[in-house]
Amino acid sequence: MKRVLVGMGTCGLSAGAQDVYDKLKALITAEPSTCTLDITGCIGMCYREPLVEVRENGDRVIYGGVDAAKAEEIFTQHIKAETTLGENIVYRLKADGTSEGAEIAFMDPQERIVLRNCGVIDPESLPDYEERGGYEALRKALAEMTPEGIIEEMKASGLRGRGGAGFPTGLKWSFAAQNEGDVKYVVCNADEGDPGAFMDRSVLEGDPHAVLEGMIICARAIGASFGYIYCRAEYPLAIKRLTIAIEAAREKGYLGENILGSGFTFDLKIKQGAGAFVCGEETALFASIEGERGMPRIRPPFPAEKGLWQKPTNNNNVETYANVPWIVSNGAAAYAKFGTEKSKGTKVFALAGKVNHGGLAEVPMGTSINDLVFKIGGGIKEDREFKAVQMGGPSGGCIPAALGDTPVDFESIPQTGAIMGSGGMVVVDDKTCMVEIARFFLEFTQNESCGKCTFCRIGTLRMLEALERITRGEGAPEDLAKLDQLAIQIREASLCGLGQTAPNPVLTTMKYYADEYNAHIFDKCCPAKYCEPLVDFFIDADACTGCTLCAKKCPVDAIAGEPKKLHIIDNEACVKCGHCITSCNFGAVYKD
Amino acid sequence: MARVEESFGYRLWRYDGQPGELIPLLQSAQEHFGYVPRRAIKYISEVTDVPESTIYGVITFYSQFRLQPMGKFVVRVCAGTACHVSGAKVLIDAVQDELGIEVGDTSEDGMFTLFTVACLGCCSLAPVIMINDDTHGRLTPASVRKLMRTYRRKAAKPAETAPKAQ
Repeated sequence: MKRVLVGMGTCGLSAGAQDVYDKLKALITAEPSTCTLDITGCIGMCYREPLVEVRENGDRVIYGGVDAAKAEEIFTQHIKAETTLGENIVYRLKADGTSEGAEIAFMDPQERIVLRNCGVIDPESLPDYEERGGYEALRKALAEMTPEGIIEEMKASGLRGRGGAGFPTGLKWSFAAQNEGDVKYVVCNADEGDPGAFMDRSVLEGDPHAVLEGMIICARAIGASFGYIYCRAEYPLAIKRLTIAIEAAREKGYLGENILGSGFTFDLKIKQGAGAFVCGEETALFASIEGERGMPRIRPPFPAEKGLWQKPTNNNNVETYANVPWIVSNGAAAYAKFGTEKSKGTKVFALAGKVNHGGLAEVPMGTSINDLVFKIGGGIKEDREFKAVQMGGPSGGCIPAALGDTPVDFESIPQTGAIMGSGGMVVVDDKTCMVEIARFFLEFTQNESCGKCTFCRIGTLRMLEALERITRGEGAPEDLAKLDQLAIQIREASLCGLGQTAPNPVLTTMKYYADEYNAHIFDKCCPAKYCEPLVDFFIDADACTGCTLCAKKCPVDAIAGEPKKLHIIDNEACVKCGHCITSCNFGAVYKD
Repeated sequence: MARVEESFGYRLWRYDGQPGELIPLLQSAQEHFGYVPRRAIKYISEVTDVPESTIYGVITFYSQFRLQPMGKFVVRVCAGTACHVSGAKVLIDAVQDELGIEVGDTSEDGMFTLFTVACLGCCSLAPVIMINDDTHGRLTPASVRKLMRTYRRKAAKPAETAPKAQ
């Protein structure tokens, strides 16, 4: 019997998957003999959502851009009449392993280890996970491996922390294992705060059991008895699916006392974050779990010695844990086959911004930026010029298109001044102002600085003020020197990663886009035509319908025009407030 | 709605000194009252023996907690990187204009509260906004105005509530 799956991750839902699901549900309830209906997580093709998959005997046909009407067509034609809707198939994986469809360029170059089950299984079904080999790794780890053996396997795999810093996972575990303690903790950092990164959300929504299994194996290896998943409150669906997964795992004996009869006991619970970016820093995260203000603590002592509640603690990111069961099942050597010499395995990247194929892609470490942006990402929207890619969020930097051949791994990316980060890649085109991007990130870090270190608290504010002056066209040449000096001071005098890396976006943009800074300061113009005080506003004669709305909204009466006739902006009188842009229903107002 | 065993009152009653419960207690208070009222701080302080000043310190540290009542519809406009480069700023201006409130404020009729949020994790559908627990993507100034009007109509009809969250 056919099985129909609707992609119901947050991305699918916001694109309208609920309507599609409801429609299919109604159709299938009326004729239950035709097929079964389930939900699944995000397969990565977020730009094609909502997605509907029809699966039968290993043949997987995925339809993209489905709405309620299209869902009915799929039901009547494909499900009932056995004729596929050719033009709507985005990807088809046949039973013999061959693939076809519009999106093979996106799907086929990928190596899916972390995302092995995302978009394949129903994340709310434990049997689905088990059918794909789920919890086999745990069985193996408990029955056939010693705790030391597990750690050796992790070391041999070359897996490095996927949260951004890239610390070798096996080594980290061995520290926590060596330290004595009556209680030890395993913590999963699911406080994915980097704007532009959504790998962890997708994994938690699409394959929550993989993260749990990784955590249980880690607990076994280091001798921990309790764990916490610290998840952002902004991810309600991830929390819901994790809760379901934890309950199911507990019922089946994968969590709790005497797991699978091995005598090993481990349980865990979810702690919801309360909205503080700094809590992605591990010591701040512990403070937050302990119920305090999430402020970082001085290291050493490191968490492996004194972490949560001053007990030995191992903290890894969602993606790191999701790799663990695969490595235990398939062996370290199979994992180490992927990647570069020092960065092994695969990495999930969240492609977003001005790229055609925004979504999640998992590729071997060492894939070049150009391959990610052009081959998998499908190039730049509206065929504009690829300007830069922003990696590592507010702690990272902008890598210019000229360095597009840079392989993405833990060695090469830091050489550009950016950081690997958790995997968010925001692609920007020539319409994006790099000074404004730097200002945007500084505003973010300034806002999120916890206030403990003076240089981070005050220094980022001074940097932000300088950048605001520059984007307003009021920048002075000495602002550049000041930015440089502050950047060094903040980096040197901050306790945690947030402060130490906060100047990165400014430093990389100043390094690669010095001419844009100079244009703002000396020529008082914005080359990307973005910064409002430095551009003029115009109305597109073809798009304007003469609805008069912009003229009504203009606070200084700078827009002239009669009803149903083209309106014109007087840039002498204009105060660059942008109300005309936000009020136009036809997108006719533009900056130049 | 929260299940009984997770309600604010039950959590307070069940509390027996286990550490790390302050933030979950505040979260359930906020879920119960829609914000963290003065009297909830007092209750929590009495039960946990954490001074009110410390609780206040925790509340103001985390952006999730509110000391003022929130509107029936909480609008969170994503200002993450991907949304930012896809025009989030114009979107925020349009929502402010449509609702007649600034970011951080609640409308006079108590229907809408407007916030910006660092990232909702729906970057591929940028620009994105979240209204209560529902996410809406690929918006333009015109479509976001239309969306706000749909919710305003929903607000006007007391019998009909927001679409069920996932």
